[in-house]
Amino acid sequence: MTEAILRTEGLTKRFGGLVAVSDVSLDLHVGEVHVVIGPNGAGKSTLTNLLSGDLPATSGRVMLDGRDIAGLSSDQISRMGVGRSYQKTNIFLPFTVFENARLAAQSRTPNALRVFSRAEQYEAINALAGVALESAGLAHRAQRVAATLSHGEQRQLEIAMCLATQPRVLLLDEPLAGMGPHESQRMVELIGKLRAEHAIMLIEHDMDAVFALANRLTVMVNGEVLETGSPEQVRSSPAVQAAYLGGEELLHE
Amino acid sequence: MMQGGAINRWLPWVVIGLLALFPMVESNFYMQLLTKVLIMAIFAMSLDLLVGYTGLVSFGHAAYFGLAGYALALMGPKYEAASLWWTLPGAMGICVAFALVTGLLVLRTRGIYFIMVTLAFAQMLYFVFHDTKLGGGSDGIYIYAKPTMNFGETVLVNLEKLDQFYWLVLFFTAGTYFLLRRILGSSFGRALMGIKVNEHRMRALGFPVFRYQLASFGLAGGLAGLAGYLAAVQFGFVNPEILSWHQSGAVLMMVILGGMGTLHGAVIGAFAFVLLQEVLSNQAWFGIAAKHWQLAMGILIMLVALYLPQGLAGLMTKFGRKPATEEAVDD
Repeated sequence: MTEAILRTEGLTKRFGGLVAVSDVSLDLHVGEVHVVIGPNGAGKSTLTNLLSGDLPATSGRVMLDGRDIAGLSSDQISRMGVGRSYQKTNIFLPFTVFENARLAAQSRTPNALRVFSRAEQYEAINALAGVALESAGLAHRAQRVAATLSHGEQRQLEIAMCLATQPRVLLLDEPLAGMGPHESQRMVELIGKLRAEHAIMLIEHDMDAVFALANRLTVMVNGEVLETGSPEQVRSSPAVQAAYLGGEELLHE
Repeated sequence: MMQGGAINRWLPWVVIGLLALFPMVESNFYMQLLTKVLIMAIFAMSLDLLVGYTGLVSFGHAAYFGLAGYALALMGPKYEAASLWWTLPGAMGICVAFALVTGLLVLRTRGIYFIMVTLAFAQMLYFVFHDTKLGGGSDGIYIYAKPTMNFGETVLVNLEKLDQFYWLVLFFTAGTYFLLRRILGSSFGRALMGIKVNEHRMRALGFPVFRYQLASFGLAGGLAGLAGYLAAVQFGFVNPEILSWHQSGAVLMMVILGGMGTLHGAVIGAFAFVLLQEVLSNQAWFGIAAKHWQLAMGILIMLVALYLPQGLAGLMTKFGRKPATEEAVDD
């Protein structure tokens, strides 16, 4: 087993009296897809926000390469190689698809001094944006304005932007939500391919996708980790069956 | 799209060429009015960088405009001419520094709070000059001699000559336009536009948003300083009114009137605002109503906000052109 690239220890987030994430410890390894499932309100998105720096943790640690990054801002964490996609599409609607990806790629280069040269003249950045769009299956839409894309395509763009930042750790918050079956299939294949060189945390409700991709599965309920382990372990766990998988509609899909 | 790009390339030069010829037509009242328009165009473009491109609605932009005027008045010798070579960079430098310091504080706020805090800083400066002896109190200071622009013994530009001053202002206005256009087309400019559209996502992508905003704030302050310096030279005196909130409001109205997020819109807005002000306050035409020109102006601004949300520049879109923000992104 390789050393975990990202690891949380006792991560907790309180909103007033509500404990959204309670004492969560999990780790992400390159070459693995770590799927987090749980009912709505289980704290999955909050967990993502804690890892990406969108929210500050109340207590606990987030270790990236052995360094505690809890408390750093989201842009610092992003530059350290943690990329995330959002559950609610979060793109630049008035810009072209290419410009969305190009901006994402541009974020990887120090550009404070590039005040006088045209943004498009950097081939390396353009290439990075192009490859990201290609991977996400959006190359043919490059010149469209993002607002005119279908919902599924906007989801793809969300992933493309994340890829264009060349992250080592990918935090994907329900990437398949709102996608058609064809697009979903494509996205599952893409995530499978990305696994080789990335440590991936995937939050997903689509159980076919979950069991197709998961190397490791964590079940969260009410902000707490109910069970974590290989998909087989989790499936056969009595606690999970009783509390979550048993009668829930999620397994019926 | 190609056509739009071509028009974009030559139209500014045609406009600048025509403006440069204006003193041949008339070199008195209207040329001076046009000088004022061009100075206000610099001021409006500098604010548009914040409002239209970075998403920061500043209601205290007159602070930098007025500060540069006072800097000129206080830096130069009292009864002799100061040299433009060091008073202009000096005045602009002070404005950039003041913008960076205030920016460190105001950029921690957003939305309505940002508007209020920028206003508060401008009002603080207003009362510093209004209530202390530093800048002559409410009477202000006269600038008896225009700054000189000499190269050795040669007089490069004589600012006392109205037409030469006009051309100098035109040069600075054109320079500001092309400089900002260049910057907005760069990686830095694209990052600013990204911040305006979706600040949160920019941060998630790894952009240090605060630093970009601060740089934009400093640049806008410096360019507002250029406008304020030229205005002080033109009028020959400074008083606290040039940094009052009326002035901040006026320049904001120019930007809204012309169309936010388009540089040419800011220029058009400055033209429209100054000319409207001139027309509406003309007693020969409007008699008693001329005294209350602000009322008519307010109604006009409201009509523009209601029916032309993209401002006067938006009218150009209706004749087959796209707004500059989109052009800048995909051309």
